Amino acid sequence: MGIAIVDYGMGNLHSVGKAVERLGFEGIVTGDERVILEADGVILPGVGAFGDAMEHLRETGLDALVRKAAASGKPLLGICLGMQLLFDESEEHGRNTGLGILPGRVVRFQGGNYKVPHMGWNRLEFKQPDSPLLAGLTEGHVYFVHSYHVLPERGDDLLAVTDYGHPVTAIVGRDNVYGMQFHPEKSSELGMALLGNFLSLAEGRKERS
Amino acid sequence: MTVLAKRIIPCLDVKDGRVVKGVNFVNLRDAGDPVELAALYDQEGADELVFLDISASNEGRATMIEVVKQTAGEIAIPFTVGGGISQVDDMKRILRAGADKIGINTAAVLNPDLISDGARRFGSQCIVVAVDAKYNEIWGEWEVYTHGGRKPTGIRALAWVKDAESRGAGEILLTSMDADGTKDGFDLPLTKAVSSTIGIPVIASGGAGKTSDFYDVFTEGQADAALAATIFHYKEIAIPDLKQGLKLKGVEIR
Repeated sequence: MGIAIVDYGMGNLHSVGKAVERLGFEGIVTGDERVILEADGVILPGVGAFGDAMEHLRETGLDALVRKAAASGKPLLGICLGMQLLFDESEEHGRNTGLGILPGRVVRFQGGNYKVPHMGWNRLEFKQPDSPLLAGLTEGHVYFVHSYHVLPERGDDLLAVTDYGHPVTAIVGRDNVYGMQFHPEKSSELGMALLGNFLSLAEGRKERS
Repeated sequence: MTVLAKRIIPCLDVKDGRVVKGVNFVNLRDAGDPVELAALYDQEGADELVFLDISASNEGRATMIEVVKQTAGEIAIPFTVGGGISQVDDMKRILRAGADKIGINTAAVLNPDLISDGARRFGSQCIVVAVDAKYNEIWGEWEVYTHGGRKPTGIRALAWVKDAESRGAGEILLTSMDADGTKDGFDLPLTKAVSSTIGIPVIASGGAGKTSDFYDVFTEGQADAALAATIFHYKEIAIPDLKQGLKLKGVEIR
């Protein structure tokens, strides 16, 4: 049934959709309940502000759908803001409740000697190289653009970090739920390989079922 | 302290949907196809791309939107589109088509509110202010030129980049008109002066001829990124060799 890329009316999802297609999978940009629930995997992209994104998700009922997809066991990947939305809450523009699929919160970079946003190519350090998402890959640079970062509650949800004055959550994962703070679709070879691994997980699940 | 990787950025001049000026790739089916060239640069390890639309007509600009859409589908690195963008609506069209950033030059000088309006609407990370600067002997500092470097503005470059930063620019694309086309190296005094004046990233442009020029602009010039056109298009420097050379010298490179 392909990969559902959740469209909740914010930003351009074209790049993510095309990246999925270049990797040989069908990427369906959609807000449709049936398509999302029947998809082999779900990608929650994200551009813009946390509060606005949650508002759009709630208005369209997609918040419940994404939770349902996560609970169904099918691979779910949040990208950039989409990863942050998976957590309990964010302090971006006041306090906003997230999807609460993973425990933890989203806080602003403190800045100081480091420029905010954290924008550019930064190096991944794998915390759990045995994760299926990181299978066969070596640490390298990926492309970040963000002003807020995630503090996961459980250390073992952290698959990879990057260093920006302090360790910054770069990849999270628990069971079938994954998140990438950077943009895999803008991170050249390594980004595409990470996205490819996620898509293989979705495909593997389909084959087993 | 860790640092972000220094970025290597090829720049493509596009007119009416075709790459113009100095492209000489033998292994391309169509050397004038911006999409194909962009994909090749991505494969070679370019960290980002800049498209400069030099179309003079509305039809040409409309064609550029198509180029942006196709490129966004073919490459997996960020890219900036500049040239002839003078309104927030223009920015929106290009970003929606899949570009990551917008470059504004003359229009930002004529109407600096364009920087703040764009930054508020799309985020600072999307707004690249391009500055063409030339040394003014009388002032003893650099002057901003507009209209493709044809028109002196009487504006001091260091004051302008500070102003652009305070209005919400996310990056400065700094072209030295004195160094541009010389292949004698980037303008280090200018780049250093701008880098130490502002806190946002500076992309140095103009004068690249060899690997050590890039090393100098990243170290002495304190640039965050370096842009070049001809030397990449003509394969005078291959990007993989350049990046390897810089890595060996201890520069943080992807």
